[in-house]
Amino acid sequence: MSDITSLTLTDLVKSIKDKKISSEETTKAFIDRGEKSRDLNSYITEDFSNAIDKAKAFDQKPNFDLKLSGIPMAVKDLFCTNGVKTTAGSKILNNFIPPYESTVTQNIWNEGAILLGKLNCDEFAMGSSNETSFFGNVQSPIDKGLVPGGSSGGSASALAANLTPITIGTDTGGSIRQPASFTGTVGLKPTYGSCSRYGIVAFASSLDQAGPMSKNVKDCALLQEIISTYDEKDSTSINFKRNAYSKELTNNIKGKKIGIPKEYTVDGMPKEIEDLWTKGIEYAKDCGAEIVEISLPHTNYALPAYYIVAPAEASSNLARYDGVKYGFRSKGENLIDMYEKTRSEGFGEEVQRRIMIGTYVLSSGYYDAYYIKAQKVRKLIKNDFDEAYKKVDAILTPSTPSAAFKIGEKTNDPVSMYLNDIFTVPVNLAGLPAISIPAGVDAKGYPLGLQIIGKAFDEQGILNIAYAMEEKIEFKNKITDWWIK
Amino acid sequence: MTKDSSEYLIERYNNVYEVVIGLEVHAQVTSNSKLFSSSSTTFGAEPNTQVSLVDAAFPGMLPVINEYCVKQAIKTGIGLKAQINKRSVFDRKNYFYADLPQGYQISQFKFPIVGEGTVILDMENGPKEVGIERLHLEQDAGKSIHDMDPQNTLVDLNRSGVALMEIVSKPDMRTPDEVSAYVKKLRSIMRYLGTCDGNMQEGSLRADVNISVRIKGSDVLGTRCEIKNVNSIKFMQMAIDYEANRQVDLIEEGKTIDQETRLFDTKKNETRSMRSKEDAHDYRYFPDPDLLPLEVTDEFIEKLKLDIPELPDEKKKRFIDKFKVSPYEATILVSDIDTAKYFEEVVAKMGKNLDIKLAVNWITGELFAVLNNKNLEISESPISAKNLAKLINLIKNGTISGKIAKTIFELMMDGDKDPQIIVEEKGLKQESDPKALEALIDKIINDNREKAIEYKQGKEKLFGFFVGQAMKASSGKANPQLINEILKKKL
Repeated sequence: MSDITSLTLTDLVKSIKDKKISSEETTKAFIDRGEKSRDLNSYITEDFSNAIDKAKAFDQKPNFDLKLSGIPMAVKDLFCTNGVKTTAGSKILNNFIPPYESTVTQNIWNEGAILLGKLNCDEFAMGSSNETSFFGNVQSPIDKGLVPGGSSGGSASALAANLTPITIGTDTGGSIRQPASFTGTVGLKPTYGSCSRYGIVAFASSLDQAGPMSKNVKDCALLQEIISTYDEKDSTSINFKRNAYSKELTNNIKGKKIGIPKEYTVDGMPKEIEDLWTKGIEYAKDCGAEIVEISLPHTNYALPAYYIVAPAEASSNLARYDGVKYGFRSKGENLIDMYEKTRSEGFGEEVQRRIMIGTYVLSSGYYDAYYIKAQKVRKLIKNDFDEAYKKVDAILTPSTPSAAFKIGEKTNDPVSMYLNDIFTVPVNLAGLPAISIPAGVDAKGYPLGLQIIGKAFDEQGILNIAYAMEEKIEFKNKITDWWIK
Repeated sequence: MTKDSSEYLIERYNNVYEVVIGLEVHAQVTSNSKLFSSSSTTFGAEPNTQVSLVDAAFPGMLPVINEYCVKQAIKTGIGLKAQINKRSVFDRKNYFYADLPQGYQISQFKFPIVGEGTVILDMENGPKEVGIERLHLEQDAGKSIHDMDPQNTLVDLNRSGVALMEIVSKPDMRTPDEVSAYVKKLRSIMRYLGTCDGNMQEGSLRADVNISVRIKGSDVLGTRCEIKNVNSIKFMQMAIDYEANRQVDLIEEGKTIDQETRLFDTKKNETRSMRSKEDAHDYRYFPDPDLLPLEVTDEFIEKLKLDIPELPDEKKKRFIDKFKVSPYEATILVSDIDTAKYFEEVVAKMGKNLDIKLAVNWITGELFAVLNNKNLEISESPISAKNLAKLINLIKNGTISGKIAKTIFELMMDGDKDPQIIVEEKGLKQESDPKALEALIDKIINDNREKAIEYKQGKEKLFGFFVGQAMKASSGKANPQLINEILKKKL
């Protein structure tokens, strides 16, 4: 077994079950590659020696009945992990060690997986390039100086660079799908209420969803099957019948109706994105799907509505980071002074910007004009999708309006940065599931993704379409290991 | 200033002002666990020992509604004869404070769980209705302790997240007495329902008092001031008295009243400005995205209605109808659920000798005096209802006199002793044997011949002297009625 780290999750699981390789060997291979890849800055916290101990313990008493027997993996640093530092990419949680485990990660460990460490992300998941992290920006393994996308940038980078066989991210406005698209990987944002939010550092509660990021659709289905559980500890968790996504995965999508929303053609969209979309439509047809033109008339209002709702919730969610109970505290003359210094020094610029926007739109006198109106827009966007789904089974769009950009290229232009989420945010506002799969490259050879949006709770449907199209697309990520000296 | 119980008016020169008062009562829900977490709510525990990760607002922690607290709020709503809203919404009230770990309080702003209702006050000059505007559920904050450490403020989060009901009245009260009656009635209803223990010393019941004044007869409301967090009825009355006069003085001086939040200084007996309307917090209320709207069904509400006990107003009516007590007596008997229970137990235990008048007198007289003296609740009464009933029966069947009963009552307090046993041990049984009493009286008349003659000559006052002598000779055990009869015959 020459290169363990380039195996898919499915193959790794099989190799360990077949006793071709041990958990320890596997874990060491990923750790070894991780240590050589520190220039990517994918990790915030490495938990390598614990991981090896756990792998040894697994090998001594292996349980092969689990779905992730002895599989090492790293997770986004937004998931609270019992006894392992959890920072959310922020200085304000720089020293925070949770005495509890998020439901999603607990589900993963329950299936026999082993934590490698915590992956870098935009501060409190606010960003589209992983440049807002207190722990520095993350390099994309695709090319030097390229952003991996965000906010799950560390996850995407680590996955594409083979530092972890699979990973999880969180997606509030595209934070799984956009970095997946930028790094030639697969990312699924499940239906709101599918994965428990318990123990995930909150950004915008009504939009946040955890989801799998993987090298292929099959791995994605397997992880989704594990992390999606009904959880009484999250009042917004929904008790619906969950499929055995990996077992029920099929490439037979004959007769499936796939909608193409005309409003997703935006001004100034590069031709290569349009071409990719056209190519995607052809692939879908090749798979036997029927293409239907649809309209999502309120798409234009999604981004402004999102940038009201998400900051509003964030401004309140982040009020708990006040220096009183845990995390970073700055000395102050009095309580107010301590608050001001703690929060000014503890939060980065982008987080402060969003707290200010959120505080403003909730203020008396502005609440109706902004927050209430945004909620109305949100309803209209949901209605658009409901109408469309009377005619189609799924919707196909590009994942992003462009390929990955250079580090520093957009940091001084927040609006241009926000525009990155234009195809992904409507999905969060409507609470729908959507998957991004790699489908091609731009002129520079940077990956581009296609997004398949499903009906609520129909993760199986979009996984199947993605699975069928993946076969036709035959995308191969070209990673040169340029960062390894 | 006129100050009788029915009218509370403030007079200045030619102007007569009336006071308009509304109350926001914060009542702690009786529940073993908090509104959104499973932490205990026991009062007086070591600081920060009843705090869950949710209460301390750790990252990623989420609130989960405690169904029991919802039931308690609905039951209270039913007790207030109020509209129960089948759909209510939890909002976040955002502000920063050291004892508010989340940086927001989860409350209900636009859509409270309970809507309009009514409370009837039993005032001396008749019943008075006070409207309820709404009742909503919310979290309590922790406690900041400023006087334990010279450098730092300490925070105790035991109370953080405890369920409160905020009960908002309409501005229907006009006198401090009505305010007192209103708080007592609310407390009484909630204690009957078991939804709030009403313990003001422990802070289970506290109120914000809204006060404005206006020329009597006007139907326009004046500018109001809100006095925050007053935690006893006496202080509420003192605060109202001070604040109403302050406002009248301002008007009389031609000044305007600023709408503001004020604090009542219990030591100086005055209210002080806390913050003006301009400085008022912008709480940035919005629906809590961590919680779905709270929806209850008709069946859920109907089931709770089956659990509602007889409430004070209904009990009062029944006591008047069934026991023929006066409305005044009935009000006293039902005002506290434990008094009503005690009374009904005495009545039940008295059996066929039932004498309501006697029972009421003993409870509201002797027993209340003792409880008052010893500062005890009736539930802690040193004399059980069962034994008080026995005592009354002993009077009723002539075993002891009313006077002896009082002596026995005193003795009963030592370990709730059975009065029958005391009578036997101390030989306190009433002497009702006519022959024995005749002999005793013959001797007294013999010993006091001159006085007997004076009596016969018309000095009727001396009858009392002979009664006294007879009682003395019998160590108070002689049956007073028989003594009277025999004396009349013999003299």
